[in-house]
Amino acid sequence: MGNRSLSFWLFLTPVLVGLGLVVIVPLIYGTYYSFTDWNGLTASQFVGFEHYINLFQDKAFLNSIWFTIKFSFVTIILLNVIGLGFALLVTQKLKTSNLLRTVFFMPNMIGGLILGFIWQFIFINVFSDVGEALGIAGLQGWLSTTGTGFWGLVILTCWQMAGYIMIIYIAYLQNIPGELVEAAKIDGANSFQRFKNITFPLVAPAFTVSMFLTLSNSFKIYDQNLSLTNGGPYESTQMVAMEIVKTAFSANEMAYGQAKAVVFFIMVAAIALTQVYYNKKREVDL
Amino acid sequence: MESKLKNYLIGAFGILLGLLWLSPFYLMIVNAFKSKKEIFMGVLGLPEAWSFDNFVEAFIDLDFVNSLWNSVMITVISVVVIIVFSSMAGYALSRNKSKLSAGILLLFVAAMLIPFQSVMIPLVSLFGKADMLNQAGLIFMYLGFGSSLSIFLYHGAMTGISQSLDEAATIDGANRFQTFTRIIFPLLKPISVTVAILNVIWIWNDYLLPSLILSENNATIPLKMFYFFGQYTKQWHLALAGLTIAIIPVIVAYFFAQKQIIEGVSEGAVK
Repeated sequence: MGNRSLSFWLFLTPVLVGLGLVVIVPLIYGTYYSFTDWNGLTASQFVGFEHYINLFQDKAFLNSIWFTIKFSFVTIILLNVIGLGFALLVTQKLKTSNLLRTVFFMPNMIGGLILGFIWQFIFINVFSDVGEALGIAGLQGWLSTTGTGFWGLVILTCWQMAGYIMIIYIAYLQNIPGELVEAAKIDGANSFQRFKNITFPLVAPAFTVSMFLTLSNSFKIYDQNLSLTNGGPYESTQMVAMEIVKTAFSANEMAYGQAKAVVFFIMVAAIALTQVYYNKKREVDL
Repeated sequence: MESKLKNYLIGAFGILLGLLWLSPFYLMIVNAFKSKKEIFMGVLGLPEAWSFDNFVEAFIDLDFVNSLWNSVMITVISVVVIIVFSSMAGYALSRNKSKLSAGILLLFVAAMLIPFQSVMIPLVSLFGKADMLNQAGLIFMYLGFGSSLSIFLYHGAMTGISQSLDEAATIDGANRFQTFTRIIFPLLKPISVTVAILNVIWIWNDYLLPSLILSENNATIPLKMFYFFGQYTKQWHLALAGLTIAIIPVIVAYFFAQKQIIEGVSEGAVK
């Protein structure tokens, strides 16, 4: 199929139109309107960088960024530890391996909105009952403070996504040649040494994949945030995605919301590109 | 002997961990059977009687048949559209070895970096102006957002399909379109299963996009769940019954197709 062949373009037209109208045109259109006083329908004047200057003094927005960064940092570490742990466990040739894999992955099948509602019940009602029975004061009043809201979101996300990360690690663990492990055993390497010198280096590419996925997923979280805490108390657990939705669709500040959305895009793209670059380099060094 | 004991311990640890992982579902289900008063008395134990009253009420209030139908329709049509058009594009891009073709593929891959929230405000505005804030518009948006990863997967799978098949088909008098539908597309079936699984999970569970597009009578399950939940704050017995109903279709599908689902997700993530 040549560049000028009709069939080449006919095969590509539907997806090019789709991507163009749904992603590229809105991105350009939105970026342009973030420099105006656009109200969602019309823009009467150019305001230059006004929105961008304002958003760097906007406490709610800055708080949401900081909260999202903290959340992502903690979540990425925990998810990778739990995911790798699960993967190591279910590749032990246990009788229950397949069953466990099914169970660990199950929450991933269900949407974040529904899972958030279930955990709202657990954090509020179950935690307080268990806390009362065991006399642990720390289990009372979950989701009513910023700290418990934060850890609530972390726990929910880990429960939902650990099975997904596990699957990625399993794919890499199964690629490790059995002879290599046997040879190391014969040479007298203990299980820790085998993990450090064989498993870990061969699974390193999985870190690239799962770090990328967990980082971009945790940065863009909205549903879980909405159904678990709805940003409360006092918007202190509001993440960037929710901040943008609220600015645009609750406060009706479309141009300002879009300026936040542009900054969000630059952040997500910058993180993703840096990460891909860094991980590729590290893999080569190993 | 020592390693046998170790195996038992690891096995027992695994079972405990599995039970812990399932406990949120246990808590949801047992409390969905309780009355409001029983939940107040305690949330850990089994209900006094297995009454389905909560489920009946939630089923009616969720307008479940209608929202299930809306979800199924949006998901099935969107996924079929994504599969048809992405496989065509993946085929065309892999059979054209020019720089332009590589550039188009890169454009789709780069588009995966753009978060939904960065384009949603102008997207809703533009589609609103075109009077397309409806189910058809939503399906078109799913094509726009879903095609990138799907094209990428199809393009990867095409490398395993020899060009000599195309040439043989051409000699036999088939045109491009016939070559694709009769020869290439059937060979892409394994990757089509993967593409279908990934997109079904995403579209079925999506909340934010349909919440901006659909009216309440066209609501999909997650949307309806959100309205429903708002109505029943502090009435956990009904809310939990509703959540249980909303989850059932997913769990049933998961148990029937778990092998394919896990393989599909693995393939989609690792590539």
